[in-house]
Amino acid sequence: MTEAVVRTEHLSRSFGDLVAVRDVSLEVRRGEIFGFLGPNGAGKSTTIRMLCGILDPTSGRGFVVGHDIAKEPEKVKARIGYMTQRFSLYEDLSVTENLEFYAGIYGLGPRERAVRIAAVLARTGLEGRARQLAGTLSGGWKQRVALACATIHEPPLLFLDEPTAGVDPVSRREFWDQIHRISAEGTTVLVTTHYMDEAERCHRLAFIFRGTLLDVGTPEEIVARRALRVVEVVAADAVRAADLLRTLPEVDEVAHYGPLLRVATRGGVDPERFVPDALAAHGIAVTSVRATRPTVEDAFVSMVKDDARGGAV
Amino acid sequence: MNVRLLAIAVKELRQLRRDRLTLGMMAGLPVLQLLLFGYAINTDVRHIPTVVLDHDASAESRDFAASLVATGFYDVVGHVEQQDEIGRALRTGRAKVALVVPAHYASDLARGRPTTLQLVVDGSDPQTVASALNTATGLAAARSSQLVATRLAAAGGVVSAVPIQMEPVTWYNPDLRTATYVVPGIVGVILTMTMVMLTAMAIARERERGTLEQLIVSPIRRWELVLGKILPYVGIGYVQMTLILLVGRLVFRVPMVGSTSLLYALAFLFIAANLALGLFFSTLAKTQQQAMQMSFFFLLPNILLSGFAFPWEGMPEPARWLSQMLPLTHFLRIVRGITLKGATLTDLTGELAWLLALLILLVTFSSLRFSKKLD
Ligand SMILES: Nc1ncnc2c1ncn2[C@@H]1O[C@H](COP(=O)(O)OP(=O)(O)OP(=O)(O)O)[C@@H](O)[C@H]1O
Ligand SMILES: [Mg+2]
Repeated sequence: MTEAVVRTEHLSRSFGDLVAVRDVSLEVRRGEIFGFLGPNGAGKSTTIRMLCGILDPTSGRGFVVGHDIAKEPEKVKARIGYMTQRFSLYEDLSVTENLEFYAGIYGLGPRERAVRIAAVLARTGLEGRARQLAGTLSGGWKQRVALACATIHEPPLLFLDEPTAGVDPVSRREFWDQIHRISAEGTTVLVTTHYMDEAERCHRLAFIFRGTLLDVGTPEEIVARRALRVVEVVAADAVRAADLLRTLPEVDEVAHYGPLLRVATRGGVDPERFVPDALAAHGIAVTSVRATRPTVEDAFVSMVKDDARGGAV
Repeated sequence: MNVRLLAIAVKELRQLRRDRLTLGMMAGLPVLQLLLFGYAINTDVRHIPTVVLDHDASAESRDFAASLVATGFYDVVGHVEQQDEIGRALRTGRAKVALVVPAHYASDLARGRPTTLQLVVDGSDPQTVASALNTATGLAAARSSQLVATRLAAAGGVVSAVPIQMEPVTWYNPDLRTATYVVPGIVGVILTMTMVMLTAMAIARERERGTLEQLIVSPIRRWELVLGKILPYVGIGYVQMTLILLVGRLVFRVPMVGSTSLLYALAFLFIAANLALGLFFSTLAKTQQQAMQMSFFFLLPNILLSGFAFPWEGMPEPARWLSQMLPLTHFLRIVRGITLKGATLTDLTGELAWLLALLILLVTFSSLRFSKKLD
């Protein structure tokens, strides 16, 4: 088994009465891209902050790069990079000045700093913008500079908290190329996201909801464990059809995709027969039915709904 | 120098360089304040408008009025004929002082009989009262002793046996000029204002923009972060101080009697104390605006209680105690002592001790509150 770079044991954190993170135990292995998924307020950022040593756990323990996060936070800090949610560059400093600053506070000497900055500028295609003020960069470029700042000291472990929020799809792809490159160089990456396409780019995933860890595994494992079967249906009255399907216990989730309805079912039913039959019974004509592969998003939505209903997984 | 500390300081300076408004304020504010206090709020009691009611109309009475004018404190703006005209002159503000010379002034003097000159002063302005009475009594005393001396000399007595002179004497600021007194004080007030506000805002800004989380997650040590943030502002504090002293010297002829290097050395403690205080405020403030408000709120008692605006000696006991807790109180005594009186280190040990104690207290307090955690 590969060595765990991050390990938590019953990690919890409360803010007053609110339990933001509840009893989270997980392991992140060396070199993997570990995705942290969960809706708003799930406790993703809170978990990362504890792992970075800037927020004390209420209970439980955590070990990051071999150090106890509560006892040796400064040792943890020296060996991680952390791109905070809404990472802010100093807008009144140029790209190079931002990089110099982060290199400096991570203790890189002037010579080492110059080499790293030149390398990072070349790698990210930022050379032409080195002297531009960070505040005048577009969103996609800002994210790239932010990533460069967070990794300028070449940490063995990198935390990225929603690094691509509000960035266009092309920039997001480029950003993920960077993440994979960093990972290929041996860096372990823990990344949070709301984007399901991004979730599928991770080696392993953790689902967190209301502070509780719901599942951990590869995207395939997670999807398989939900045992969902999904069909895409074209029906005469899509809105009424959706309302109707949602009342059925066998139906896990219904979503509109343009003219299509995407219907996920559980419990061993065959949706290719079950769904048209159910609709026909209520006089809704079905034009086409096609089975399709369940995605991480289907699994995610299903899990969250289950949990919200208080049902067992 | 420490790499991490340097990185913070350099970044702070770079940001400052791009922030024209703040830079302008830091240079402009001291000069503006200086000119404001130096010129507009002039409490120099000079050229007091004076009317003369001369019942005697003799050479001697005119001579006394002339010597009054010669002091520079009085300007004779007119002569009146009757007592009730004085009241009108004072009420309308045409005059603030009236000199009344009794009839027989000259002949009484000649016969060696006591004579009383009356100085009517507009008491609604206490500043005027005090200095008008001072100079006039002084003048009268000087006059009479001069007369006694002349008379003794005329009578063949010993001239050296001049009776005790009653000159009003003011040391260190003999002309009682406000500027001389106020300019060194402004050094203290400006430093308090900018130093506290700048640090309070410098950290609140990081918090507001979300960059503080990025700072505290780095391995930078607490003291490196704090010192790196503060050091550039120490430099700015010295620039401000130099600016004020220079303008004070060139424009208001404020002297520098004592040692400049002593002043600069002691100023370090004061600047550092204010920066520590600013840091403390920054741990309380969530936004830059809150930081600014706190700094202004803090400035008020400083101006009122430190002895900058009102003399410390006139304060009630509790106010005095409070004022001892303000670094400005002690720095004012230091800066006035050195610039105006040429005070040496030994003269200032008391103030130095206070300043040092306050500094240690503030640094301890603020570094305890300033942590590398989010909560
Ligand atoms: N400092 C704090 N004080 C009080 N409550 C907090 C604090 N930080 C977070 N919370 C609460 O803890 C819960 C988890 O917040 P957290 O930021 O970890 O969620 P998240 O999964 O990162 O959500 P998002 O996707 O919106 O970033 C939320 O309900 C949030 O309001
Ligand atoms: Mg978050």
